[in-house]
Amino acid sequence: MVSFILRRVLTLIPTVFGISVLVFFMIHLVPGDPAEMMLGERASEQALQELRRELGLDQPLHIQYGRFMSRLLRGDLGRALRTNEKITTEIAERFPATVELSLAAMAFAVTFGMFAGVISATRQYSVFDYSSMLFSLVGVSMPIFWLGLILMIIFSLHLGWLPLSGRLSYNVHIQAITGLHLIDSLLTANWQGFRDALWHIVMPAFTLSTIPMAIIARITRSSMLEVLRQDYIRTAKAKGLPPRLVHYKHALKNALIPIITVIGLQFGILLGGAILTETIFAWPGIGLWLLNAVYARDFNAVQGGTMLIATTFVTINMIVDILYAWINPRIKVS
Amino acid sequence: MAGEKPHSPRAEAFRRLRRNKTAVAGLAIIVLFLAMALFAPSLAPHDPLEQSLYAKLKPPVWQRGGSWTHVLGTDDFGRDLLSRLIYGARISMVVGVVSVSIALFFGTLAGSTAGFYGGLLDNAVMRLMDLLLAFPSILLAIVIVAFLGPSLQNAMIAIGVVSIPRYARLVRGSVLEEYAKDYVQAARALGASDARLIFVHILPNCLAPLIVQTTLGFASAILEAAALSFLGLGAQPPTPEWGAMLANGRALILRAWWAVTFPGLMILFSVLGFNLLGDGLRDALDPRLRE
Repeated sequence: MVSFILRRVLTLIPTVFGISVLVFFMIHLVPGDPAEMMLGERASEQALQELRRELGLDQPLHIQYGRFMSRLLRGDLGRALRTNEKITTEIAERFPATVELSLAAMAFAVTFGMFAGVISATRQYSVFDYSSMLFSLVGVSMPIFWLGLILMIIFSLHLGWLPLSGRLSYNVHIQAITGLHLIDSLLTANWQGFRDALWHIVMPAFTLSTIPMAIIARITRSSMLEVLRQDYIRTAKAKGLPPRLVHYKHALKNALIPIITVIGLQFGILLGGAILTETIFAWPGIGLWLLNAVYARDFNAVQGGTMLIATTFVTINMIVDILYAWINPRIKVS
Repeated sequence: MAGEKPHSPRAEAFRRLRRNKTAVAGLAIIVLFLAMALFAPSLAPHDPLEQSLYAKLKPPVWQRGGSWTHVLGTDDFGRDLLSRLIYGARISMVVGVVSVSIALFFGTLAGSTAGFYGGLLDNAVMRLMDLLLAFPSILLAIVIVAFLGPSLQNAMIAIGVVSIPRYARLVRGSVLEEYAKDYVQAARALGASDARLIFVHILPNCLAPLIVQTTLGFASAILEAAALSFLGLGAQPPTPEWGAMLANGRALILRAWWAVTFPGLMILFSVLGFNLLGDGLRDALDPRLRE
């Protein structure tokens, strides 16, 4: 196991290196002069020169790359154009919001997805089965940015049950420990804060959860169906065990491996979906931050943000691989 | 089934496809959208770009204040929503064709050469593909457009580039599988060139999974393009693109639910159509993959 983990961690190095090369060259996709694009046409020649020097664009390519890499290795991504803050600081401030949103979305997706999948499998071809499979098909075809808006219309504007957007009401304060509002408010027994944070996260988390939920429901159903056909299930039923016990204890346990794989894969994909969800709900995470950098043509910040998100993405995938090998030792062979 | 003629594989697949209710439903939806796209000028009651000061934010016909002149209502510029939705089908179909073609062309090229020649070339190409997969696809598309500049054309390029690896991996796998077979070696012994081997002998036999992937690719291309346009990085106003219309409707969320609801439904149904057909094709073309 240790050697497997080591080998898997080592494969991360060339991948992250590759990502950095790709991210570095992205600025050369800009048609024309990036400095002029960033500062606008009416910027003074002096300001342009200064920015070019700061971005290193006045240097030959290999020196540019060398500088980019040496800064990257020191954990320095430069400064954001709009705020003149360090990009790493800005991202670190917003990271917990995205993590909290993704975790909450995954909690939704796993709970409802697995529940729907198990019921569908145990009652194959029932009305519930058909409708939940139809829902899951619709779920993967749904533009989540649209779903978010529709939920807002229904639950905030018409019913007034949930706040329209944001992460916390302006008059509510939660002392930061982990940076995750829901957990911090529980740790400090701040019930008002917990309620407020919960009310704010429900809609964005549900919106973000639809696609993984649909995929988890489908895989749970097919994996359960396969297990339910096996002899030991029939034996268990023949012994007169209550169906619920057979389904949840005997069958689900053995159906879990493909389900866990899919859950792991979805985690990384949530990072992408978070960009759209955060935009709609004004959720102050890295997705929204990155998009604002795009709008401001702050190429430096876009590069930095992309580098970080992509690195997180491949790291999550690596952890999933390792967990998977731990659960299912056969995988290590291949 | 006595007395029936034996079917060719193609006829057999077609028969399975026709029996598959989801596939037929998907195909019906797609045909509907295609017709909408093709006959948009005769179907749309108004010019999709025509503004009217007197018809701003009219609700749909069944709501108070609605009229048959604007069946699904109007937006804040007084433009007819139904006409814009119909013309939107054109854009989404074009987006699907263009970005899938880009992905299909480069993906097939990369995957087949990598699989056919193997060795260093294979390694280099597939590592590059892995690298593209190291980004969440929507993030990569956003970033590419961010640097190229926001426009529908660049959005299509970005979406195409982002999905190249899916095709490359698929084709490479199939090519590797087919290459080992006797008929390929026989053709090679007869002196067929590499290009002939790849394009005439091997690729036609890898078509089934590629057709499925292409169909599903349309679905994700339409969805991703709508997302980019919604973020202001794809089609620009006043283009009647569904995602861009949603972005505009978002500002009207308090006053005009219809400007938000209908463009989203169009995206949902067109994507659903391709997903249904893709699922059905998978069952029909490749019975081994059936659940």
